[in-house]
Amino acid sequence: MSSRSATALRRRIVAGVLVLLSIVLITIYFREPSGGGLHSVQSAGATVLRPFEVGAQRIARPFQDAYGYLAGLIHAKSQNEELRRQIDQLSQRQIQNSTALRDIGFLKRELHYVSSPEFPKDYRPVTTDVISRPPDEFQQQIVVEAGAAEGIRRDDPVVTPDGLVGKVTEVAHNSAQVTLLTDPSISVSALDFQTGALGMTGHGQGPDTLTLDRVLKSQTLNVGDLVETQSFRFGKLTGIYPEGIVVGTITGASQRDVDLYWQAQIRPRVDFSSLRSVIVLVPKSRGGS
Amino acid sequence: MTGRLLEPAKAALLVFVASVLQVTIFSDVHILGGTPDLVLVTLTAIALLRGSIYGACCGFAAGFLVDTANLETLGVTSLLLTLAGYWIGRYGETTGRDRAHAPFVSVAVATILVQFGALILHYMLGDAVSARIVLLDALPPKVGLNLLLTLPVYAVVRRLFAFASQPAAATEVRLLG
Repeated sequence: MSSRSATALRRRIVAGVLVLLSIVLITIYFREPSGGGLHSVQSAGATVLRPFEVGAQRIARPFQDAYGYLAGLIHAKSQNEELRRQIDQLSQRQIQNSTALRDIGFLKRELHYVSSPEFPKDYRPVTTDVISRPPDEFQQQIVVEAGAAEGIRRDDPVVTPDGLVGKVTEVAHNSAQVTLLTDPSISVSALDFQTGALGMTGHGQGPDTLTLDRVLKSQTLNVGDLVETQSFRFGKLTGIYPEGIVVGTITGASQRDVDLYWQAQIRPRVDFSSLRSVIVLVPKSRGGS
Repeated sequence: MTGRLLEPAKAALLVFVASVLQVTIFSDVHILGGTPDLVLVTLTAIALLRGSIYGACCGFAAGFLVDTANLETLGVTSLLLTLAGYWIGRYGETTGRDRAHAPFVSVAVATILVQFGALILHYMLGDAVSARIVLLDALPPKVGLNLLLTLPVYAVVRRLFAFASQPAAATEVRLLG
């Protein structure tokens, strides 16, 4: 056998033996239990290597720290942008959740009101969102997201579970304008729920205040009394507001010798500045249109 | 005799140091999703400079040390590095020796083959492995990082072995002409 062939053979034998040894190691290690001989050898070997590893780690620690610091600086900007985007997304989601929660609260209250005995029997509720609010204090109208398509017509009363809001003054196919109770053009026949004193409710002097007028001095008004709508029928004429819708609470009442009627202020139950959804009362007698 | 023992001793020392550094420092370095493999690069340098037997033996020893330190299945890394060392050694013994690009070609090819081999072996052993992570996410940066390590590591290993195998001094001079 030549020297070259012997070297090649030796080379192949060494490689073959080492490969075979590796396979034997894998097989034994894989088959034996965790407390087996090869595992014990490995454990002992790891123990022997441990001091070297600790030493290497101690030597490398300053370099690793420096590397970590630099890597952190490099990634800080992208991480910052990512975190800001996440904050924006979460804020957006939180706002959506809060809005949904509040809407659920409104809808629950409206549902409770519609199914309660307080809801006028002769009317069909059309619950709708407010899509536009008065731009300034000179205008007392809102626009709702329901119109003729839902059967709404002019002069339909508009309420919330808190009380009377106003009436429909303009109607489009899918929207309608509602004039609030605080507008000077609106007057509502009303009565003191406790004493039965009759009068007319209209806009007050300040924002979001109402007055109760035309109450005869012979009748009684007390501060804190509840004021409700009073329906009337005069021949073929009927009031546009159903009976028993809460308007507000009397906050002050006075009478002077020269006056014919009481001067009373009412704090409305409805917060006109934060209306989100309202219920339009559509008379059932009008039919399903 | 001293010279014959010096080379294996130096190879053993290189393998030991590379293995310890790999399990303690380099395994913690993650750049672009890849981890450099100092053991493989060192093994490539040794195998190219000293042949297939050195390559196979050093590969087996390095794999054994790495698996021992990491408490992994003994023999897996040994098998991969034995084959890698042997193949690189054969390449060095035949066509690769004295070619400037040989270390880089060897490191790149060995990195890819060892990664493929590791994936197959771990899959056969029932380990949870992801081919996408191993081959697409980790492999390209690993090849790049190993290539970056190749030049300094190869230079150090060649220098060490150069001292171990000083050419025999000339004993006589014959005048020509």
